[in-house]
Amino acid sequence: MSETAAGRGWGGQDVRRELHSELLEINMGPQHPATHGVLRLLVRTDGEIVHGVTAHIGYLHRCAEKIAEGCDWRQWMVYTDRFDYLAPINMNFGYAVAVERMLGVQVPERAEHIRIICAELQRIASHLIAIGTFGLDMGAWTPLLYCFREREEILNILERLTGGRMLYNYFDIGGLRFDAYDGFERDVLAFVNIMEQKIPEYDTLLSYNKIFIERTADVGVIDLATCLAYGCTGPVLRGAGVPFDCRKDDPYSIYDRFEFDIPYGEGEQGTVGDCWDRYMVRMREMYESCRIIRQAVDALPGGPVKAEDLKKLVKVPQGSLYTRTESSKGEIGYHVFADGGSKPFRTKVRSPSFSNLHVIEKVGPGMMLSDLVATVGSLDIVLGEIDR
Amino acid sequence: MSAQAIPILMVVGTAALLSLLFLGLSGWLGPYRPNSLKSTTYECGVPARSTVQIRFFVRFFLVALLFLLFDLETVFLYPWAILFRSMVAEGRAAFALGEMGAFVAVLVVGFVYVWKKGGLEWQ
Amino acid sequence: MQVMTDLFARIFGDGLSSLGLLVAGGLTMALIMALVMASCAIVFTWAERKVAGFIQSRYGPMRVGRWHGVLQPVADMVKILGKEDIVPRDADKPLFMLAPFVIFVGSLMAWAAIPFAPGFIAADLDLGLFYIFAVSSAATIGILMAGWASNNKWSLYGAARGAAQAVSYEIPLALACIPVVMITGSLNMNDIVIAQQGGIWRWHFLHDPFLFVAFLLYFVASIAEVNRGPFDLPETESELVAGYHTEYTGMRFAFFFLAEYANLFLVSCVATAVFLGGWQPLFGPVFLPGLVFVIKAVLLVLLQMWLRWTLPRLRVDQLMHVCWKVMVPLALVCVLGAGIWMLATGQAG
Repeated sequence: MSETAAGRGWGGQDVRRELHSELLEINMGPQHPATHGVLRLLVRTDGEIVHGVTAHIGYLHRCAEKIAEGCDWRQWMVYTDRFDYLAPINMNFGYAVAVERMLGVQVPERAEHIRIICAELQRIASHLIAIGTFGLDMGAWTPLLYCFREREEILNILERLTGGRMLYNYFDIGGLRFDAYDGFERDVLAFVNIMEQKIPEYDTLLSYNKIFIERTADVGVIDLATCLAYGCTGPVLRGAGVPFDCRKDDPYSIYDRFEFDIPYGEGEQGTVGDCWDRYMVRMREMYESCRIIRQAVDALPGGPVKAEDLKKLVKVPQGSLYTRTESSKGEIGYHVFADGGSKPFRTKVRSPSFSNLHVIEKVGPGMMLSDLVATVGSLDIVLGEIDR
Repeated sequence: MSAQAIPILMVVGTAALLSLLFLGLSGWLGPYRPNSLKSTTYECGVPARSTVQIRFFVRFFLVALLFLLFDLETVFLYPWAILFRSMVAEGRAAFALGEMGAFVAVLVVGFVYVWKKGGLEWQ
Repeated sequence: MQVMTDLFARIFGDGLSSLGLLVAGGLTMALIMALVMASCAIVFTWAERKVAGFIQSRYGPMRVGRWHGVLQPVADMVKILGKEDIVPRDADKPLFMLAPFVIFVGSLMAWAAIPFAPGFIAADLDLGLFYIFAVSSAATIGILMAGWASNNKWSLYGAARGAAQAVSYEIPLALACIPVVMITGSLNMNDIVIAQQGGIWRWHFLHDPFLFVAFLLYFVASIAEVNRGPFDLPETESELVAGYHTEYTGMRFAFFFLAEYANLFLVSCVATAVFLGGWQPLFGPVFLPGLVFVIKAVLLVLLQMWLRWTLPRLRVDQLMHVCWKVMVPLALVCVLGAGIWMLATGQAG
């Protein structure tokens, strides 16, 4: 970090210049508790201070984009589930919107509302994991289990709704695979009521804990320029003080009908764009998601959940389109190329974690090893989505 | 003192014997099937790139030096602390306190020097 | 010790010389201490999981042993006994194999000077408190040996951190006990406890404000000394995988594990004896001294567990900052303050 006056004391010289240590090259990952999956960070360090970080990815590469060229438009939805396995519905959402826009198909109202309820539930679930594991990276075990307790409720609702607990495959081109079960609204509202009470609990336990603030404030500062250079989106960009959210700024589905705010980092405990800001953006987004869910449940109409005029085997007219939606990690973009056939000619996924992760090579040098762990944790990466 | 040392020797002996016993038991009960992969050093699943026996982070050596200084100080404080009670009883507490104050003051000067020099900073 | 030698003297009459009595008594006490240490380690591993479960709104172990998984630690021990003892190829073998012993033996040695009840102490040393500090620093050597010998980078990190932390926090730990020594005028653990006779107001931590601060300093430093959360930097599973014992398996790993819990109880026992009146009850005459002592120490252990499962972990520079810039100066102030207090009140104890 920067030179401090304390470093040059009465003696004139800097003790840190007089003594130096050798650099140690160390592999952090792929099998390491703090890398959130099979990420490999090659860290050059002199013991505690990091001098260089290189992120090696690809341990979870499954050729999902290539596979798309071999299956028809509906079939690939299953593979989008596997990108961000902590928020599969948000991944489905982006792909569904992309193909629907190319087809020019109108999704029924009921389907749109249920989609948004699911997507926001999923966003809360994903943020709960992000917050919990971030706390775990700081050595706080207990918040993780509290987060899992609430996430369990979401998974229960989604299980009753879709049949799956992790990978749902619930969205379909032109709507949903099937309608919601009886009592879905009641379950969702019950959960939202609980959730809104639990967030202050996390705040007292973790967010405003003195040690936690010491560990995260002013640590891993990612400013706006860095965000723009690396293409960071989502909570990382919002943590840097920019209230940019695809749900507001490039609305898709029916997000423009709902009232919600975009939380952004204000440097409340330190600098704008530090780990604490990114963490707090997620915390506040859970509130906003609850607000959206309430409005969507109130407005939930009856009717079909599938576009009537779609054939089983859809054929997308020739052309290409880039569609971006807001997943819990940031902007998930699908660049879809169609040649008029029943299969995608090419799909390109712009995954948020991929862009967010590589900032670590810029901000990593100069921080302490523990801060590196904190910063990686605050980026909230999911390797399934980075490697695809 | 020698009479007091005997129980300690007994404790050391017991501890050593017990640990050997448990280790022997584990060696007898546990499997022994070494292979070349199993005996590699763990570095998160990839082969280690460099050795660890290098000159390590100097900050830790500074801590060790500070420790030597202050641990010696603490060692000197203990005999004084034992005598302090009797000196209070004899009405010489102010003298004892002054003596120790002077001793600690010298150390505090050194401590402040280290602090100002950045010996306690980590970055 | 006294209890045992008296017992042997009664059994054998004059058949044993005084040396023989000492050896027999010492051996018995050593075995008892080893038993206490092993059982407390076993009980605390179970208690730790139950406390963690309680705090995290889950059950913890429930299966083994019918009632709340009480036999879980026993099952774990049996399992560990049946594990392979792996020594990495690149490790420094003698050091690698010796390190767990150093930690284990060092831990048990310190137990020799804990006064559980009047006369029930393995080694009634005049230098008791000093001896405990001296012997428990063997753990630092063990940690360094383990970390260096493993030839593993995470182990080395853990060892360097662990050693730095242990030696740093030893200073406030030792300094915090000096006011007590000033009051009692003795390092003998028995004398220190006896000096606190006569109800809770005579316990050292309520003697004067400086001693209360000293007690808090001791408590915090002792958590750091045994490498537990929020000061568990040498292990830091989210940063250093498992710290200095990353490469250890089976029984050798179990030694580290046992020593951790034994040390946890040890520092609580020292705090009990030095600050919380040892076997002296809250009020009234001495009553079931051993039980009173153990209850106090266990409450302290539970407090440490509560802290561990509640607080995030400090960073290594913050850890050193807290020690050198806050606790050491504060401990020095406590020493001088306690002296001035004694001078001002004119009381000698």
